Amino acid sequence: MKITQQSTENTLILSLDGELDASSSVLLDTELTKPEVLNYQKVLINCQRLNYISSAGLGVFISHLQQFQDADVKLIFFNMQEKVHNVFEILGLDALMTIVPSEAEATAI
Amino acid sequence: MKNAIRISCNRSNLKVVRDFVSTYLAAYSLSDLHLNQIVLAVDEVVANLIIHANSEDDTQHLDLRLNVDNQVFGIEIEDDSKSSYTPSSYREPDLHEHIRTGKKGGVGMALVNRIMDRVEFSTTGAHNVCRLYKKIA
Repeated sequence: MKITQQSTENTLILSLDGELDASSSVLLDTELTKPEVLNYQKVLINCQRLNYISSAGLGVFISHLQQFQDADVKLIFFNMQEKVHNVFEILGLDALMTIVPSEAEATAI
Repeated sequence: MKNAIRISCNRSNLKVVRDFVSTYLAAYSLSDLHLNQIVLAVDEVVANLIIHANSEDDTQHLDLRLNVDNQVFGIEIEDDSKSSYTPSSYREPDLHEHIRTGKKGGVGMALVNRIMDRVEFSTTGAHNVCRLYKKIA
């Protein structure tokens, strides 16, 4: 798993590259735990190169969501592959998280 | 086609297991989505066995054996951990509660149960076997 960061004044984009499982999700958790993440208005997760996600990866997002909401930070996923989106759907997480098709739509929210 | 592997209880072997299942099922022309679901279910059970049942003890191992019989994919996962999983302890996760409390774990078995057609756990003495089945055609 490789995580690349880009940021503007209000937006942090994390691009995930690889597979997010019980081994690699620790890296993502470390990134989302950094206090400065909560200074942005939006955190966008670019899932274009995210080829796999297990419950451990989902758990990282689940565990940070309330903190994001409390800090008024929007967490938005975009460019998600169908097979990864399907894992969110199986649990019903697609209804609880903001997932949009493109970066343009993510930026417009 | 290789249909059995033994792995040590290290979470770095999760990728090895996913590749093993994907390679084995490549001959069956499953859709990307269907294949990913089966790989995920296996990954979830193996992760639980490595992390929870065997406490990531590298000296312990899991034996995995795959087969397809009458268009049903089956996998047996065996280990000798003292703490075996009891399916009767399973509770459907309340995602709102998980979000509210910032809970990281506890949704893996929900994925397994929703994806696979049959999920069985049995223990004989100190030997545990998990069997998962899914129709693939």
